[in-house]
Amino acid sequence: MSKFLTGRAGTWTGFAAAALVLFGAAPLLLSGFRLGLLAQFLCYAIVAVGIGLAWGRGGMLTLGQGVFFGMGAYLMAMHMKMADAEFRNGPGSVPDFMELAGIREIPAYWVPFASPAFTIAAILILPTAFAVLLGFAVFKRRVKGAYFAILSQALAGAFAILLIGQQSMGGFNGLSRFRYFFGYNLDDPINQQMLYFIAAGILLVVLAVALQLRRSRYGELLVAVRDAEERVRFLGYDAANIKVVAYAAAALFAAVAGAIFVPIVGIISPANIGIVPSIMFILGVAIGGRGSLIGPVIGALAVALAQSALSEQFPSAWTYAQGLLFIVVIALLPGGIASIAAATKRFRREPVTAEAPA
Amino acid sequence: MPQRFKFRARDVARTFTASAAVTALALTAACGSRAGEETAAAESCVDTSGDTVKVGALNSLSGTMSISETTVRDAIYLAVEEINAAGGVQGKQIEIVAEDGASEPTVFAEKAEKLIREDCVAAVFGGWTSASRKAMLPVFEDNDSLLYYPVQYEGLEASENIFYTGATTNQQIIPALDYLAETGVKSLYLVGSDYVFPRTANAIINAYAADKGIEIVGEDYAQLGSVEFSTIVNQVNASGADAVFNTLNGDSNVAFFREYANVGLTAEEMPVMSVSIAEEEVGGIGVENIEGQLAAWNYYQTVESPENTTFVEAFKAEYGAERVTSDPMEAAYNSVYLWAATVEKAESFAVEDLQAAADGVSFASPEGTVVIDGDNHHVTKTARIGQISADGLLYTVWESEGPIEPDPFLEGYDWAADLKVTE
Repeated sequence: MSKFLTGRAGTWTGFAAAALVLFGAAPLLLSGFRLGLLAQFLCYAIVAVGIGLAWGRGGMLTLGQGVFFGMGAYLMAMHMKMADAEFRNGPGSVPDFMELAGIREIPAYWVPFASPAFTIAAILILPTAFAVLLGFAVFKRRVKGAYFAILSQALAGAFAILLIGQQSMGGFNGLSRFRYFFGYNLDDPINQQMLYFIAAGILLVVLAVALQLRRSRYGELLVAVRDAEERVRFLGYDAANIKVVAYAAAALFAAVAGAIFVPIVGIISPANIGIVPSIMFILGVAIGGRGSLIGPVIGALAVALAQSALSEQFPSAWTYAQGLLFIVVIALLPGGIASIAAATKRFRREPVTAEAPA
Repeated sequence: MPQRFKFRARDVARTFTASAAVTALALTAACGSRAGEETAAAESCVDTSGDTVKVGALNSLSGTMSISETTVRDAIYLAVEEINAAGGVQGKQIEIVAEDGASEPTVFAEKAEKLIREDCVAAVFGGWTSASRKAMLPVFEDNDSLLYYPVQYEGLEASENIFYTGATTNQQIIPALDYLAETGVKSLYLVGSDYVFPRTANAIINAYAADKGIEIVGEDYAQLGSVEFSTIVNQVNASGADAVFNTLNGDSNVAFFREYANVGLTAEEMPVMSVSIAEEEVGGIGVENIEGQLAAWNYYQTVESPENTTFVEAFKAEYGAERVTSDPMEAAYNSVYLWAATVEKAESFAVEDLQAAADGVSFASPEGTVVIDGDNHHVTKTARIGQISADGLLYTVWESEGPIEPDPFLEGYDWAADLKVTE
């Protein structure tokens, strides 16, 4: 079983099966609403793949992925608000929420986002460049472990606070009420399905990229840095460079996920990008199993699904059930859901240790 | 010279090929309508053939807003029970589908869509923050369904798919300013949380003040949830303003009023007019810190009317004698009755029938009769200035002469011309 999953042929079978489920079964079986919800969960899964790389393989506890998710999301939202205003009131019109905030002229930094090409380039480049700069500043100084985690979390908190104070970025309410996505009506069910396909496609691409990184020489160096950074340095490698690549890749994945999240969900606000959402990203990865390729995806989907299903069943008590679920999974399966096969094998082989102490 | 790590060209090429293949696959999927084209309206799945009709109750039952929003949910449940006991709507019993908005706008949007598309509810009651309403608005418009929103808000909005049963600015903020002006206030200090409601409210206050010759001596914003108020309160103290207009939200009020009392400021010396402090909040702030201060709402538990006596008694009988009733609760209670009355008038549960029938629908509510304005989907409301007394309740010290017509875009006020928004 495990050999099959890690082998070359197994990989292609795995990808084909995932594609079949995402592109075939899901759209056939799920209602439009459920498919939209799945699309939203896929965005979290894309973020999770990046965290799996940076944390699971690279040992960097990225507690602040909300920053990059938020950058991607806000950049996309800025374009969509500009396009909405232009379509309704002609070029140069002020987006509706700015009128409410008493802003009569479009701020200069909003203007270039009228262009779709500029927006896409910005989504791909800005968060990644920010991650590279930050990564160099942090990793060159050999900041790691808890200090790095605290730093990234503080960054997520600061970013949310910064946005709440910016009325020209929607403030506390965030940006919402989008009508078009690159010229397509968002209220059309066919276009909503299209967005789902795009999210599913991005997830597969991101998984393929992560897989290549893991299997390359670089991937082995990354694990080596995680397990024994000093030794890698003694061998003549610059550990900081190795870490920056994984950190930047995770940032890029999060930014792309944020960008597609906006048209799918229809709103982005500081509540989606601060400390709590950042922790939820990590939690999904921890529950799924940070070390494996598919574990973070499973974890992110499972956490989101559990949250949605439990809150529908028990609207006023679901948070307790969710907390219990986290405790049970982490206590019984420290390696996450992906380690379930290994855990049962160990359980069978060593029946004595599994028995309760007298 | 440090060693370098390289990516093999073969790996990179393979990854890009795979990416390109998947992208192509995604793009070959059919595309829907483009901007400007008509979209086929989503078919409503509301089923009214049985003995029951489903409605949604969407309130934050977890997260920071739950303390306020659970009280609104209680009021919604009370109204539904009363209507059911009296025979239901169009002979059908109302069945509530409850969902948790979790104090998060995205969750509000998600759950609203679930209620409309999966549970097929005829209408949804709930929401509190403007952020949650703005997140839900596109969902209700795209799926052509109805939301009844029960909280006072910043105005400048009118959606075909939302009925606003709380006050808009001309039913709360402007009457509060009129009251202050009547009592001889010549200068004001504005304190608010940094988000859209206080910002919009203060824009209106500035325009009003400029017209009426009131001086605005200071305008400060605290971050939402901030509890550090010594700087702001010291500035307020030093400003010598005649009164303070307070649009702070939530926990910040506790810190603000404690600090206010600490530096020795009193309601007699420099009264504070608040628009977000109701019966529920007074206990948290501590009566001793806030006694004598003013609030602007449309309803207090102490309003004297037979309808209110019945409402308060029913509420306490259901949820306990220690509970209090507040303005948003009353507005939520009214919203259920207004929906039911509209359904009875339209003899239909269909959204377009309710939209057509809504104008003039009225309800003899605890605050006085409220009437729906069919043009802007708001309701007429009586403005009341209340004073906080030692027993923790608010007592009316001034009220408007009858209900005020809703004017969300302030079209009836010349001084507000610059505030207008094109919709």
